[in-house]
Amino acid sequence: MSILTFILILPLLGAGLVAMLPKSAKGGIRTVALATTALSMLCAVIAFLTFNSATAGPGGYKFYQKAAWVTALDINYQVGADGINIGLILMGAIVSFAAVCVSRTIQDRIKEFHFLMLIMIAGILGAFMSIDIFFFYFFHELALVPTFIMIGIWGRGKDKNFATYKMTLYLTLGALVALVGLVLLYVQSGAKTFDLIALQEQLQENPISANSQTTIFGFLLFGFGILVSLWPFHTWAPIGYGAAPTATAMLHAGVLKKFGIYGLIRIALPLVPQGAQVWLEVLAWLCMGNILYCGWVAMRQKNLNMLIGNSSVAHMGFVFLGIASMNLIGISGAVLVMVAHGFLAALSFGLSGYLYDQKKTLEMDQYGGTLKQLPFIGTLLVMAMMAGCGLPGFANFAGEVTVLFGAWKSLPWFVVATAWGALIIGAVYALRAVRKILHGPVASEASSIEDAANYWIKLPFVLLVASLLFFGIFPSLLTNKIRTSVAEVVKSIEAGTQDSTIMLAEETDSVESNIQLAGQD
Amino acid sequence: MNIAASILEIAVIGLGIAVMLADLWLPREKKIWLGYASAAGLALILFGSFSMSGNPATLAFGDMYILDGFALFFKRFFLIAAILVVVVSIEYSPKFQSGKGEYFTLILFALAGMMFSASANHFALLFVSLELMTITFYILTSFLRSHLFSLEAGIKYLILGALSSGFLVYGIALVYGTTGAMDFAELSEKSETMTNNPLLLVGLLMIIGGLAFKIAAFPFHIWAPDVYQGSPASTTAFLAIGSKAAGFALLMRLLFTAVPEITIEWEKLLMIMAGVTILYGNLCALPQRNIKRLLGYSSIANGGYLLMGIAAMSASGSTAILYYLYSYMFTVVAAFMVIVLVMRHIGAEDIVHLAKLHERAPGLAGVMTLSMVSLAGIPPLAGFFGKFLLFKAVVEQATAYAPYYYLAGVAIVGVVISLYYYFGIIRTIYWGKQQMIPETIHMSPLSRATLWVCSALMIYLGIMPERLMQAATVAVESLNF
Repeated sequence: MSILTFILILPLLGAGLVAMLPKSAKGGIRTVALATTALSMLCAVIAFLTFNSATAGPGGYKFYQKAAWVTALDINYQVGADGINIGLILMGAIVSFAAVCVSRTIQDRIKEFHFLMLIMIAGILGAFMSIDIFFFYFFHELALVPTFIMIGIWGRGKDKNFATYKMTLYLTLGALVALVGLVLLYVQSGAKTFDLIALQEQLQENPISANSQTTIFGFLLFGFGILVSLWPFHTWAPIGYGAAPTATAMLHAGVLKKFGIYGLIRIALPLVPQGAQVWLEVLAWLCMGNILYCGWVAMRQKNLNMLIGNSSVAHMGFVFLGIASMNLIGISGAVLVMVAHGFLAALSFGLSGYLYDQKKTLEMDQYGGTLKQLPFIGTLLVMAMMAGCGLPGFANFAGEVTVLFGAWKSLPWFVVATAWGALIIGAVYALRAVRKILHGPVASEASSIEDAANYWIKLPFVLLVASLLFFGIFPSLLTNKIRTSVAEVVKSIEAGTQDSTIMLAEETDSVESNIQLAGQD
Repeated sequence: MNIAASILEIAVIGLGIAVMLADLWLPREKKIWLGYASAAGLALILFGSFSMSGNPATLAFGDMYILDGFALFFKRFFLIAAILVVVVSIEYSPKFQSGKGEYFTLILFALAGMMFSASANHFALLFVSLELMTITFYILTSFLRSHLFSLEAGIKYLILGALSSGFLVYGIALVYGTTGAMDFAELSEKSETMTNNPLLLVGLLMIIGGLAFKIAAFPFHIWAPDVYQGSPASTTAFLAIGSKAAGFALLMRLLFTAVPEITIEWEKLLMIMAGVTILYGNLCALPQRNIKRLLGYSSIANGGYLLMGIAAMSASGSTAILYYLYSYMFTVVAAFMVIVLVMRHIGAEDIVHLAKLHERAPGLAGVMTLSMVSLAGIPPLAGFFGKFLLFKAVVEQATAYAPYYYLAGVAIVGVVISLYYYFGIIRTIYWGKQQMIPETIHMSPLSRATLWVCSALMIYLGIMPERLMQAATVAVESLNF
C-alpha cells in the first residue's frame, strides 16, 4: 500500500473509532482524533522527505497505487504524488492536525464535531492525492455535508444559518458545473476512462477539437472558479468563514479551497490547453477583481474574520494570475502560493478563533492594546499579517514574487496592478488590523483575556508559523519538486497549442534565478 | 403456453390469497402476524427468483408476457420494495382501526400488478397490470378511513387515476387502429414505416401521458402532493417506489422496444418533460412544511431526474435509471421508516416537529440525515452515484446534440435548489428549536434491522456500485439500443 493511502485512511479510521466511542468519553474522542491526524501528518512528512528518492510510477507519479473500483466505467481508486500535489498534501496534513488541536475549545457535542471533522479531513486529503477524476470529485464532495453541519451547529453569529446555506449552495453549484466539464472530458476524449494518466496519454495523441476544448475549459474554469471564490463568485467565502467554527474555517480556507485551483492546474491546463488559451484573458481580468476589488473590500472591514476572509479571497487572485500567465514560472509560483496561503489562512483563522474564544467578538474596535496581554498570540498575529502582505522571509513572498515574474512577460499591466494591489492595499488592511487590535490603549473590558497558557494551545500555531518560515527560507525544497512537474504540464500545453512562445528552454535559467532571489530575500 | 415463466407472480398472488384467507380466522390481536408472514413469504420468493434466468428470454401467454433480464431485474426490485414496505406497514398498522390483514393482502396484489407490468410485452397486459396496481392503490391510499385527508387522497387518486386510464385506453385504441398491432414485437415492425402517421403519434402520446401519471411527471403530476400527504405513510412509500418504478419499467419497454423509431424523434419532448418535472418538483418543495408533502414534491423531482435517463435514449441512460431506482428505494424507505417511528408519537407530520431528534434519538437522526444527503445526491451515498450516472448519460448525448446541455443545466439548478430543502430537514434535526419529540422512541427489532439494512445499503451502493452496475447493465441489454 502506498503511504498516501495511509495518510487518507488514518482520519477515516479515526472517524470510525470516534463513532464507536460513547458520547461521554470526551478525552478518548480527542485523543483518537489527535493521534490519527498526527500519524497522518507524520506519514505526509515522511512522504515529503522521501519524495526525491521514491521511484516514479506510471505518469511520473510517486507513491502510486491503483485499485479497480467500477470496471464498467473504468473508475479506479488511484493515488499518487508529484511535485504539484506533494506540497499540498503535506500542507493539508499539517493544517488538519493543527485544526484538531485548536478544536479543544469545542465543548458541545464533542463526538459529532470530531466525527465530522475527521470525515472532512479525509475528503480534503483524498481530493489532493487522487489521480482519477471521479475520485477527485468524490472526495471533495465528501467534505460538503460536514461543513454544512459544522457551521450550522458550532458556528457563530446570528447569520450562521444564512452563511452555511450560502456556502453550501455555492459550493454545490460550483462542483456540479465542474462535474459537467469533467464528464465532457470523459466523453469527448473517447478514452472511456476516468484515469487521469490514461486520459492524458489519449489526449496527447488525439486532442479534442478546439471548440469543444473551449466549452470544457469554460465549465471547468467557472465550476472550479466558484469553489476557489473567483470574483464575482466569491461572496460565499468571507461570510462562510466568518460564521464557521475555527477548525472548519482553517480547513476550508486553508486547504479545501485550493481544490479548484489544483483541478485547473492538474486537469484543465494540460488536457484542454487550447481551451485554456481562449479563456486566459477572461481569467486575467477576473483575477484583477479578486486582487483589487476584494482587497479593497478587505480594507473596509471592521470584523477581523471578515478581513481575513476577504484577504484570503484576494490572495486567490495571485494564484489565478499565475495560471493565466500559462508559463513555467507563473504556474510554479501559483502552486507555491497555494501551499503558502494554506498555512497562512489556517494560521490567521486559528488566531482569530483564539481571540474570539477569549472575547466572544471579533469587532476590531472592541480590541486595543492586546499585544500587552497576549504577547505570544499577538506576536503570531503580527507575523501572520506581515506574511499576508508579502513580507520576505515567509513562504508567501516567494510564491507571490514568482507569480509576478511569470506573468510579467505576457500580462505586464496586470502585474503592475497586482503589485500595487497586493503591496499597498494588502499593507493597509494588514497594518490597520495590527494597529487596531494589538496596539493603542488597552480596551477597558479586555482584562479577562489571557495568553496561550500551555504547549498544547501553542503547538498548532507554532507549527503553522514554523512551516511558513521554513518554506519562506528554503523555498527550493518545494520549488525543485514543483518545477519538474509543472514543466510536464507546460510541455503538454505547448504540445497541445503548438505555441512556440511558451518555450521551456529559454525560461529555465530565469526560473532558477528568480526562485533563488525569492529564497535569499 | 409457458406458465412456469410467470411462477413468481403466481407465487405472490398465492401468498396474497393465503394471507386473505388466514385473515378470516386469525383473532384480531394476532393480525400483525400476517405482516410478518407476508414479509417472510416475499423473502422466500425473492430468494427463489435467483434460480431463474432471463437469458434467453422466455415468452408466455401468446407472447403477451416476456421474461427477460430486464423483467427479472424489475421483479426483484419490486419484491425487495414490497418486503421493505410491509415492514414499514407493520410499524404503521396500529393506526389502522380495522383491516390490517387486508392491507397486507392489498400490498401483495399491488405487487403482483407491478411484477406483471415488468413483463408486459403487449398492450393488454400493460393495461391489466397497471389497473391491478392502480385499483389496489385506490384502497391503500384511503385506508385511514376516519381521516379526512386520507379519504380525500383516495378520491383524488381515483378520479385522476381514472382519467389517466382513460388516456391510456384511448391511446391504445388509436395505436391498434392505425397499426393493427397490440403486441410490442409486432408493433416495432409496423411502426417503423409509420413514423409520420399522426393518429399513431397521438395514440402513443396518450399512452405516454397515462404512464406519466404513474411516475408523476409533468403535466400529470397534480395528484402527487395531496395523495402523498393524505395516505398512510407506508402507502406513500410504496407509491413513491413501486408505482414509479412500474411506470418507468413500462415506459422503457414501450419506448425502446415497441416504438424505437418514433422515440428517437421525441428527444425534445422527453427533455422538456424531464426538465419541467425537475424544476416543478424542486421549486414546489421549497416552501413545504409537511414532511410527507415535501417528499411528494421531491418524488416528482426525482421522477424528473429519472426521465433524464429516458431522454438520453442510450444504454447508459437506462442503466442509470435502474441504478437510481435502487438507490431511491433504500433512501425513501429509510426516510419513511423514521417518519413513521417519530410521527406516531406526535400525531403531526410537520418538519419542525423533527427538531431535537438528534438529542432524543441520535440513531434515527443519523439515518434521516443519511437519507436526506443521499436524496440530495452527495457522496459517498447511493443517491450520488445514481445522479452521477444520469448526469453522465445526459452529458454524453450533449456532445452530439447541444440542447442536452440545457437539460444538464436544469438538472444542476434542480439539485442546488433541492439542497436547500433537504438540508433544511438536517438543520431542523440538529439545531431546530422546538421540542415535541418524547424522551424515548420505541421501535421494534424488525424496524431497527430495517433501518440498519437501508442505511448500510445506501452507503454500500455509494461506495461499492460495481455489482449493481453490472446487474443493471445486463438487464438493459434486453432493450434495443
